[in-house]
Amino acid sequence: MRPSKRYLVGIHSAAILMALVILAPFAWLLISSISPSSELLAVHPHWWPNHLTMSRYIEIFSSSSGGDDVAANFRLAMVNSFEVAIGTTLVSLFVGTLGGYAFARLKFRFRRTSIFAFLAIYMLPPIALVIPLYLAMANLHLLDTKLGLVITYCSIVTPFALWTMSNYFLSIPPDLEEAARVDGCSRLGALVRVILPLARPGLLTTAMFGFLLSWDEFLFSLIFTSTTNAKTIPVAIAEFTGKYSSDFGLIAAGGILAAGPPLILALIFQRYIVSGLAAGAVKG
Amino acid sequence: MKTAADRRTKRRMGGTGGGKGEARFALALLLPAGIVVFGVVLYPVVRTFVVSLFNVNSPMAGSYPFVGLSNYTKVFHDSNFYSVLGHTLYFTLVSTFAEIGLGIAIALLLNTPLKARWLWRSLVVLPWALPTIVNGALWRWIYNGQYGALNGLLSSLGISQTPHQWLGSPFLALNMVIMADVWKNTSIVVFFVLAGLQTIPEDLYEAARIDGSGAWQTFRRITLPLLAPSIAVVLVLRTIEAFKVFDIIYVMTGGGPASGTQTVAFYTYLQAFSNQLFGYGAALAYLIVLAVFAMSMTYLRILKQGQMSGVE
Repeated sequence: MRPSKRYLVGIHSAAILMALVILAPFAWLLISSISPSSELLAVHPHWWPNHLTMSRYIEIFSSSSGGDDVAANFRLAMVNSFEVAIGTTLVSLFVGTLGGYAFARLKFRFRRTSIFAFLAIYMLPPIALVIPLYLAMANLHLLDTKLGLVITYCSIVTPFALWTMSNYFLSIPPDLEEAARVDGCSRLGALVRVILPLARPGLLTTAMFGFLLSWDEFLFSLIFTSTTNAKTIPVAIAEFTGKYSSDFGLIAAGGILAAGPPLILALIFQRYIVSGLAAGAVKG
Repeated sequence: MKTAADRRTKRRMGGTGGGKGEARFALALLLPAGIVVFGVVLYPVVRTFVVSLFNVNSPMAGSYPFVGLSNYTKVFHDSNFYSVLGHTLYFTLVSTFAEIGLGIAIALLLNTPLKARWLWRSLVVLPWALPTIVNGALWRWIYNGQYGALNGLLSSLGISQTPHQWLGSPFLALNMVIMADVWKNTSIVVFFVLAGLQTIPEDLYEAARIDGSGAWQTFRRITLPLLAPSIAVVLVLRTIEAFKVFDIIYVMTGGGPASGTQTVAFYTYLQAFSNQLFGYGAALAYLIVLAVFAMSMTYLRILKQGQMSGVE
């Protein structure tokens, strides 16, 4: 039975309506970032600017660092966010892959208990840790450093990596590995040569979520960082939004740049999102 | 850093199970993750509890009076706490239900024979990937009373010429923040429900059609019951997330106006970091932990029943 024409028109109109609702705020963010301030602050908003300006992007990429220059701060915060997110992702992926393999393939006492211990940590809301962690970071001179953020974020992302990687390893038939071991591979050798290449989708999912979690994290960064030494992009944007809410053009340009990396990653890896979310769901 | 937990894990794993060698190998593989996680988290977890038993009112180390559980009892006598709890419950209920309702509708739409289905599905990924803070800043700008796009849109469409202060009064502001949250987080519901829909065999619909079942009846009798597990998972997931809401409140309203959008997490932050009442803040934090744990247990129970249709 072919669907009727009316039905097809109906569902396509509904889809277009959905697209409008999703895209309009994005479009407004982009337009705001390239509209001159005078037009943004006009009595009636100009839906499309009479004069396009790229000045904010140029400012962000070229103004000299140091001092109170907001545009330069955005750039430095972006760089910080990249370094922190990549550092966190690499460390968590490494320790999470090793531990995930142990959970998936090895039999040992208290296996379930230790899985549960990691999960329980993962569920803790950041607000429950932030007070003493702040005091501890202050004692260790790690406040306002990227290292301090990476250490903190790794403790959040690693349990997640353990879970996704162990789930992924479980989906790979153990025969392959046994065959490799019969051929004289050590256990670690089999993990590196046979299992890891097969686990690539799992590694990619874990890496994407690790990056997104670190990139999006706000509370720890807000409390731990105070200067461009370590301030990440969400904090830079939030701070600027509070202080100079009328210069939205610059916030919009910063927002577009901050949204770029996660949007691109999510579009590339979209078919892995659900399996990652199912594991990430317990994040508290 | 070697923590008590590491030592404990070591003792546990040294035991029987899959043989000594395997246990030792497992320990070696898990040790790095254990250090990375428990080395950071264990101290704060214990410390927060200790702090919650003292009247700590500055970040400096020092001796503070031991007050036992009175920080906890204080919470239940704090009238502000009840009002922020009210906001949190309202936020959680309204945003979760709106997201579930809209999410199911969009997932059903994306499951129909649309042209270029992949394109529509990719669109749904976009709000989810937008960083929370950027989302908040963006909607704050859209709601702006003087220059905002929402007022502009209403006047362009000839609906209303008077500018509204969308974030200007407490209850309206709370609802507007919920709208911004729903716009971003409905996507998660769509992902889960779509995955659930994919596991429903086509034959069932075929059979229903032959039996002369209408569209609404098919949805109620076949689709909805089979989707129940996916919906349950995402319901708990969104409830937990909404209950802890902080970031979007911080950037959109800062808790205002007149504390009307303060949530439990935001109130805890204010008590600890603005008012320097670390002991009281720690007690609040522990109560949030208890609530989140209770909800997470529900979630894990659903997961364990293996009812996650369509999810690997």
